[in-house]
Amino acid sequence: MHPVLILVVQRIALGLLLLVAASILIFAGTMILPGDVAQSILGQSATPEALANLRAELGLNEPPVTRYFNWLFGVVQGDLGTALTNGQDIATSMGRRLSNTLFLAFWAAAVAVPLAIFLGLVAVLYRDRWPDKLISGVTLASISIPEFLIGYVLMYFVAVQLGWFSTVAMISDSMSLLEKLSVIALPVAVLTLVVLAHMMRMTRAAILNVMQSAYIETAELKGLSAFTVIFRHAFPNAIAPIVNVVMINLAYLVVGVVVIEVVFVYPGMGQYLVDHVSKRDVPVVQACGLVFAAVYIGLNMVADIVSILANPRLRHPK
Amino acid sequence: MADPLLKVTDLKIEATAYPPGEPPQDITIVEDISFALEKGRVLGLIGESGAGKSTIGLSAMAYGRGGVRITGGEVLVNGRDILKLGVSGLKRLRGAEVTYVAQSAAAAFNPARKIMEQVTEATLAHGRTSKRKAAARAVSLFAKLGLPDPENFGNRYPHQVSGGQLQRAMTALALCPEPELVIFDEPTTALDVTTQIDVLAAIKDAIRDTGVAALYITHDLAVVAQVSDEIMVLRDGHRIEYGAADQIINDPQEDYTRALVSVRSIDHEEKQPTDDPVMQASNVTARYKGTKFDVLHDISVALDAGQTLAVVGESGSGKSTLARVITGLLPPSRGQISFAGRRLSADLAGRSREDLRELQMIYQMADVAMNPRQTVGTIIGRPLEFYFGHRGAEKRRRVIELLDKIELGAGYIDRYPAELSGGQKQRVCIARALAAEPRLIICDEVTSALDPLVADGILKLLLELQKIENVAYLFITHDLATVRAIADSIAVMYQGRVVRYGTKSQVLSPPFDDYTDLLLSSVPEMKLGWLEEVIAHRKMESAGH
Repeated sequence: MHPVLILVVQRIALGLLLLVAASILIFAGTMILPGDVAQSILGQSATPEALANLRAELGLNEPPVTRYFNWLFGVVQGDLGTALTNGQDIATSMGRRLSNTLFLAFWAAAVAVPLAIFLGLVAVLYRDRWPDKLISGVTLASISIPEFLIGYVLMYFVAVQLGWFSTVAMISDSMSLLEKLSVIALPVAVLTLVVLAHMMRMTRAAILNVMQSAYIETAELKGLSAFTVIFRHAFPNAIAPIVNVVMINLAYLVVGVVVIEVVFVYPGMGQYLVDHVSKRDVPVVQACGLVFAAVYIGLNMVADIVSILANPRLRHPK
Repeated sequence: MADPLLKVTDLKIEATAYPPGEPPQDITIVEDISFALEKGRVLGLIGESGAGKSTIGLSAMAYGRGGVRITGGEVLVNGRDILKLGVSGLKRLRGAEVTYVAQSAAAAFNPARKIMEQVTEATLAHGRTSKRKAAARAVSLFAKLGLPDPENFGNRYPHQVSGGQLQRAMTALALCPEPELVIFDEPTTALDVTTQIDVLAAIKDAIRDTGVAALYITHDLAVVAQVSDEIMVLRDGHRIEYGAADQIINDPQEDYTRALVSVRSIDHEEKQPTDDPVMQASNVTARYKGTKFDVLHDISVALDAGQTLAVVGESGSGKSTLARVITGLLPPSRGQISFAGRRLSADLAGRSREDLRELQMIYQMADVAMNPRQTVGTIIGRPLEFYFGHRGAEKRRRVIELLDKIELGAGYIDRYPAELSGGQKQRVCIARALAAEPRLIICDEVTSALDPLVADGILKLLLELQKIENVAYLFITHDLATVRAIADSIAVMYQGRVVRYGTKSQVLSPPFDDYTDLLLSSVPEMKLGWLEEVIAHRKMESAGH
């Protein structure tokens, strides 16, 4: 078997193992939370008999290990359980929320990743001159300002004063793609500003690091243009660190957008999670935690695999 | 008379130095350099590190490495001053009219791109020919340079070919755009001596066949003598001597040139082995963890007190692995090491502090073998503290004694490694090893990174110390001149085996086995025409077989 294939399979297996470990942590974490699920459903005035019946019905009297495995087998079969508060199937209601979050994250990434890499390349090209300093200054400033503030400021100037986009990012299935994009334009802009600096700085640092190599001098002495040297000779050797930071930011776009979703009233995962945490809906919190963990682990696994594939020594062994 | 291809007049090159705690200052690194090079001729630039050879070479492409600036003089290529060219003019010059062969091809090739792509890149970027024709030219250059399977060689990635092959591919890279001038910057320095001779011959043939002119930069006078028509000797950025190759080699006018020609002045009388060796390796076989093949096969060597055993071989022959086994860093799978009559534990963890003290090491790279944040006094004082419990004034007194032994003196005690030259750093490492009062010091390529004259000084010091301290050296090297200078006995290693072992006079006298013969005949000699003689001799021999 090709050594790269072995490495990739190893990564995937490790990722799955990590996911199982994360599921144990999530389950154990919600388990040690104070309070009693049956009590919180029935309220303070419930009779002891009613509580006992509900506990038996929910399987709360089983030992924790049995309950964990029951939960895990359900999850593997796509059954995330039912929400305690409204009795709805979690998988169904979360599915719509998740696809909304992924929609927002996708468009934010589609703008932010190419822009960050492009700005990183420009910063290297004009290293220590004004374009580099301007790019660094602006991106660092945007990452330093709290995202809700950027959100409200943009909302005030762009949506309220100029009247360009809407302040509320409520999307529904009946909208066309163009309408949806117009509605999410502001949250996408805010998210882009938030993740841009990190990726751009890493691109710049990774490429500058490679620019010290002897083969860059060889390329310069071939009389190639500065852009060709950076793009053709430096960039391919800087992919691994760049992909790593890109994936961490993509994961943030999926699991870290709670604040932005609340600011723009966007019906995504973040809102869903916050709602149910405040209502102590443990099965929903568990399911959300598991999905977030899967996204994190999955994206970092992709970063690892891309790094492996980007290494010519592994791709083309002797 | 037509303009020469390259004419350099009164070249001055400066850089900015940043001494710690002081404002930056401009320093002159090359001054008053003038020379001319006609079409098809080869000029050798020779000198030690810091002489400004590479800097002068790169000035022919108007290129300054790091913060280096060309601040004065003229560099005319075909009559026009390239120092006055703008960005686009320089682009047209570099990689087209003038090309460059770097010292370490392994670092100079981009690991992420195929060799063919890199070899033809400059040719295509300058629009010199079509992609197909450039590839055809690259293949014919691969063939001319003696690369295996020239048709498919370019489809490989740099890490898939050997160092010697990559160095030839670098030459193909430089010749592919059909330049008028090639700058060879130490093109064979990183190679084993047996590989160097083939690459050298290939480069020489390529220069002759293509009629290209060349600047050949090296610190090895014997090498430059083989390829150059003229030689310029440089020191500290100044010209020492400039003349025909024949005159420089056979009739040097300056003392410095004479020192370079006659380096290795050491006269060392060989001591005879006794029956009571201080260190004996018996039937040592070893492999690295997780690998499936032995890197050492059945090695048996012995070393007497106060004597030197030189272990010679090319890279990958297992020399340094043997040192790792003796020091306990790599426990052997079979065989054992005895030391001063007792059997040493195979594993480092099983050795006593006394075992550790009696066996010290000195490494090739002195600057990475020392903590840059410790002073010389701390570095040398550490073994005194660790093995003998010396502290305070007693420790300082011993450190100064050791500094005197290595000819540096008490003034160096509070300096940091960064403030020392390469040779001084290696001396500090020697003092650190001596501080433990060892019976055996393993010297792993200790002079390989040093200039010849500095290396000579280090070898003399080691021999001197051996007489006084009666310490034995296991001297690992690929350099046969060093071996001749200091060894009492020699073990020649090849592919993890000792192929020849005995006293120096036995090993270096015929009849030779094939490998030792190859090794000995590959060492460049300081005479013109040596390369042709050896190549002709080898062709005759292989025809005779």
